[in-house]
Amino acid sequence: MSTNSTRFSGYGLGLRKEHYRDFLDTRVAVDFVEVISENFMIAGGQPRDILRRIRERHPVALHGVSMSIGSADGLRADYLRRLKALADEIEPLFVSDHLSWSRYAAFNSHDLLPVPYTGEALDIVCANIHQAQQVLGRAMLFENPSSYLAFDGAEMTEWEFLSAMAERTGCGLLLDVNNIYVSATNHGFDPQAFIAGIPFEHVRQIHLAGHSQGAELLIDTHDSPVSEAVWKLYSQVMGRAGPVATMIERDDDIPPLADLMAELATARSLGALRAYHRESEAA
Amino acid sequence: MTLAELQRDFQTWLVTANAGASLRSGARAMAGLAVYQNNYRAQLVGCLEQSYPQLRAWIGDEAFRAAAITHIDAHPPHAWTLDAYAEGFDRTLVALFPDNPDVHELAWLEHALGAAFIAADAQPVPLDALARIDWDTARLSITPSFRSMAVTTNAEQIWSALWEGQTPPDGAMLERPAGLLVWRRGYVSCLKQVDAIEREALLQLQADGGFAGLCDWLVERLGEADGVAKAGELLAGWLASELITGIGAA
Repeated sequence: MSTNSTRFSGYGLGLRKEHYRDFLDTRVAVDFVEVISENFMIAGGQPRDILRRIRERHPVALHGVSMSIGSADGLRADYLRRLKALADEIEPLFVSDHLSWSRYAAFNSHDLLPVPYTGEALDIVCANIHQAQQVLGRAMLFENPSSYLAFDGAEMTEWEFLSAMAERTGCGLLLDVNNIYVSATNHGFDPQAFIAGIPFEHVRQIHLAGHSQGAELLIDTHDSPVSEAVWKLYSQVMGRAGPVATMIERDDDIPPLADLMAELATARSLGALRAYHRESEAA
Repeated sequence: MTLAELQRDFQTWLVTANAGASLRSGARAMAGLAVYQNNYRAQLVGCLEQSYPQLRAWIGDEAFRAAAITHIDAHPPHAWTLDAYAEGFDRTLVALFPDNPDVHELAWLEHALGAAFIAADAQPVPLDALARIDWDTARLSITPSFRSMAVTTNAEQIWSALWEGQTPPDGAMLERPAGLLVWRRGYVSCLKQVDAIEREALLQLQADGGFAGLCDWLVERLGEADGVAKAGELLAGWLASELITGIGAA
């Protein structure tokens, strides 16, 4: 199974309920919106109706947090069935989740826990991705998470793991630039090495978000604007990525929509500038 | 260390704060483990706070937080959706506040309203369809968002006052047991306190489905004339409030 051959390269926002009214009552100038899949994997009610109405106006990406692609004991059929039903109805631009695990046996942490970068974990993750893509009937995207913990015995770097995963399964990559910065700071690796190691032909979407300084580590809180350091990294990423969908994620301390649109304008500008440079160099 | 061993030990760490063998030997930096444990507990506390805002206002932040911690320690989450974690909190409250049925009932109704909000959609019965019904054989369907509970306290009045931003009444026992009905009309969750017989009649209808059976059930309790009249009165109210979402023949 391969990723979508046509690249979508617009600019979007994570849609949160604080902005439902804006999206329903006005024409918001975004190329797509992204929603959290699990918020709509429900039987019925107003949330599903709102999503259907917004889908009539904008392409929608489904972004999950609970697939648990790194679970050693496989994926849950009920979860995949619900996600497929939602995807079949919404006909999303992308279906994505994270390179992480949340569930083991009957326990579910509801957090994006780190996967050790070992050959065994890669085999398990790839088998799970194959299963998910087969059930959904489409290629998925997987995001590099922020992490706060590294495991001894790693057999490869995070970017080597992501590259091998995409190569073996045909999945796309959702590159979260803020997560690169957070993990690089927390684990002491060079974000340039991460970017240099990413196979950009597999990157289909980019996330931008804010983070906070914890007691000892950077925390991926999504409660503040994108930092200057992350904008710089994004500019470098866009220099290598070519046309790719980019969006701003904000999950806490949600500001007025205009603030997020201003951040999105910055992303558009940086993306356009980098595209111009790429084209100039190619000519 | 296999991935399964690591995940089992990580689970133990999150639930008990006891780092298993693979984490003791294989994970760098306790600071990172602490972040994950904080995230785990904060997510669950946040879920309960969002699911029970009026209950929290009723018992106070301190008591609510203590109850949430007790619940989290005793009940690790299992479902794929975090929203499901709110279910069953009322049972923890029964153990913590055995002499406060208002607290248990408030928790139940607040959770029921949330569950009804995302229950399966169903269309109400159009009134012009009623003329063609053979009531002797009619089968009635109740909306899938319907939930009910027998109550002994004024939890409904407490919740309604808190919802409207008014000072709630003191908790009190009802003069006689009653029922709470929760369901959704369109996209709005509804709450109604009814007398015990109306709730029981709805449960009878939900179990049996037949309008004739409902009439028989009411006649047994109220006598021939009052029973048939009550059936008609209840049916009219349930149709008007969109509790009935299907009428068909046997």
